[in-house]
Amino acid sequence: MNAKLSTKVALILCLTIAGGWLGAGDALAADPVRIDGAGASFPYPIYARWADEYHKQTGVQLNYQSIGSGGGIQQIKAKTVDFGASDAPLKKEELDQAGLVQWPMIMGGVVVVVNLPGIGANQLQLDGATLADIFLGKIKKWNDPAIANLNPGQKLPALPISVVHRADGSGTTWLFTNYLDKVSADWRAKVGCNKEVSWPVGMGGKGNEGVTAYTQKVKGGIGYVEYAYAVQNKLATAKLKNRAGVFVSPTMEAFQEASASADWQNAPGFYMVLTDQPGEKSWPITGASFILMHREQANAAKAREVLKFFDWCFANGEAAAKKLDYVPMPKSVSELVRTMWRADVRASGTPVFN
Amino acid sequence: MSQARPAGRWGDRLFGALSFGCAALALLLMAGLFFEIASGSAQALSRFGLGFVSSSAWDPVRQDFGALSSIFGTLVSTFIALLFAVPLSLVIALFLVELAPPFISRPVGLAIELLAAIPSIIYGMWGLFVFAPWLSEHLQPFLQELFGEECFLVAGPPIGIGMLPAGIILAFMVLPYTSSVMRDVFQMVPPVVKEAAHGMGSTTWEATRRVTMRYGIQGLVGAIFLGLGRAVGETMAVTFVIGNEHRLSGSLFAPGNTIASTLANEFNEASEPMYRSSLFALGLTLLVMTLLIQVATHLWLRRIQRKMGAGL
Repeated sequence: MNAKLSTKVALILCLTIAGGWLGAGDALAADPVRIDGAGASFPYPIYARWADEYHKQTGVQLNYQSIGSGGGIQQIKAKTVDFGASDAPLKKEELDQAGLVQWPMIMGGVVVVVNLPGIGANQLQLDGATLADIFLGKIKKWNDPAIANLNPGQKLPALPISVVHRADGSGTTWLFTNYLDKVSADWRAKVGCNKEVSWPVGMGGKGNEGVTAYTQKVKGGIGYVEYAYAVQNKLATAKLKNRAGVFVSPTMEAFQEASASADWQNAPGFYMVLTDQPGEKSWPITGASFILMHREQANAAKAREVLKFFDWCFANGEAAAKKLDYVPMPKSVSELVRTMWRADVRASGTPVFN
Repeated sequence: MSQARPAGRWGDRLFGALSFGCAALALLLMAGLFFEIASGSAQALSRFGLGFVSSSAWDPVRQDFGALSSIFGTLVSTFIALLFAVPLSLVIALFLVELAPPFISRPVGLAIELLAAIPSIIYGMWGLFVFAPWLSEHLQPFLQELFGEECFLVAGPPIGIGMLPAGIILAFMVLPYTSSVMRDVFQMVPPVVKEAAHGMGSTTWEATRRVTMRYGIQGLVGAIFLGLGRAVGETMAVTFVIGNEHRLSGSLFAPGNTIASTLANEFNEASEPMYRSSLFALGLTLLVMTLLIQVATHLWLRRIQRKMGAGL
C-alpha cells in the first residue's frame, strides 16, 4: 500500500511541477514590459500612483521598492534595477565615476511641527538660527527671549522644549540638517548635514509617524516631518523666516516658489538642493527627489520604456502629485531633463530617447 | 547501524545521508552568516579596532562610530526586563502548578501561551500609544516623588519614552516564554518527590523551595536564558518606545537605544561604506554577545548540576 501511495504522490508531484512549469512558460510568453526601480521611500506613494495609472493606460508594469535612498544608489550601481531613486542628489563627480545620470522627479517640503497649548497652525514664527539653537539644545524653554522676540504679542508657555527627530536615516533628516547647516555656523561646526546625524539633544521617532507620535505625546515638543504627512494629519506647523527675511507658511505655492527661484540651468548633473533659496515667498526647507539611471544602456528597448514612463509622469502626473500633497516639477525643469535624456542616455552610441 | 530487512538498507542510508545533509546545512548557514557579518564589518574594525566597543561616539557626518551606547542600552533594557519577568513568571508557574485548581490553571496557562504568539510590533504599538502615556502621567511622577527628583535614576522629564518603558515592554514579551517553560519544568517534577517532602512535615512553601525548585533548577535557568535571548535581540517593540538616542545616560527615564533597534533604524539609508560597515560591526557585536551568553549558560548549568544534583 505504501509503495502504491508513494507512486501516486510522485505522479501528482510530477504533474504539478510540469503544469506549473508549462504555465510559467505561457505567462512568460505574454509577459508585458516590466520596469524595476528601487530607492527613496519619500516619493514611494506618488511613484506607486503614477505606476498604477500608467499600467492601466499602457500595460507597462512598474515595480518600485522603497528600500531607502542608500539602497537605491547601491542597487543601481550594481545594475540590479532599471532605475534608482535618491532623496539627496549625488555630486557630479560621483555620477561620472559610476557612469550615471540623475534628474529631479518630484518635490516636497519639510515642515516644523510643534505641540504647544494654545498655539495653532502657523501661529508660531521661527527663524533659521533660532531653530538651530533649539535643536542644538541651547534654547531650552519656550518662553526664551530668542523665541519671544520673533513672536511679539504671542503668549508663550514656560514649558521645557522637547526636541524630536527622526531615529532612522532619512532624506527628510538630510534636508532638515542641510538647511540648519546653511543658516547656522554653530550647527555646521557641531553637527553637520547627513541622513542621520549625531543629535545633541532630544529623542528619535521611527519614521514620520514616530516623530508625530512623540511630538503629540509630549507637551512642548517640536519636530520635523514631510509636508504631506503634516497636512494629512493636521499637525500644528510653524512659520519660518526665509532668505528674503519674510515669515512664510508651508504651502504648495511656497515650495514651488523655492524651486522656481533655483538656477537649474547651471547645476551640473542637476545637483541642486532647494533649501534656503531666494524669493520672498519661498519655503526654506524644500527638496527634490531624484532618479538615477546608467548613462550606457545595454537594452535600448527597456531603457526607452523607462524614459517613456518618466516622460509620461512629467506630462500627465501633475494632478495625482498635487492630490497626494507632492509638488510637481516646473515645466522649465522637465524640459531641461528631456534635453539631458536625448543627449546623455545611450545604447551602443545612439540616443535612447527621442 | 540497521538491523532491519536487507530491503530497508538503502532507505536507511538515504535517510541517513539526508538528515546528515540537513544538519550540515544548519552548520554551513551559521558559518556563512558569521563570515558575511565579519567580512562586512572588517572595514570598521580595522579603522576603530577594539575601541569600537568602548567608544560612545555615533556621528555619521564625521564618520566616527562606536558601539558603547548601543551595548549599554541592550544590557540595561534586558536587565530591566529580566528583573520584572523572572520573579513574576516564577510566581505564575508555581501558582499554575501547585496552587490553582485545573479549571483555572488550564485557561490561564493557555492565555499566557497566547501572549507569546502576539507579534512584537503589536507590543511596540501598544507600548507607544497606551503604555507610554500612562507611564508619563502616573508611574513616572510617582517614581520621581519616591526617589526624589535629584536621584540620577529618575532624572529628566517624565515623557514615557526611554529605557524603563523599553525594559517593561520587553518584560511583557519575555513573560509568556519564561513562565510557560517554568510551568512545564514544575510539572515534570515527580509527584512522589513532593509527597515525600510533605510527608516529612514540610509546608507547601518549604516543599516548593527545597524540593520542586531545586529539582528543576536546570530547567528554570534554561527558561531564564530563553527569555534573555529574546530580550537581547528584540527589535521593533523596543524601537517604538526606547527613544533611539546614541547617548549614555544613567537615568531610566532618558531615551537610549539597543543594538537591534539601531540596526533596524539606520541600515536603510546608510550609504557611506564606513557607516554601513560600522552597522555590520554592531551586528557582529550582538552575535558575539549572544554566543557568549550561550556559552555562559552551558557552563553555569553544568556547575549547577554538579553542585545541586538537579534531576532534570
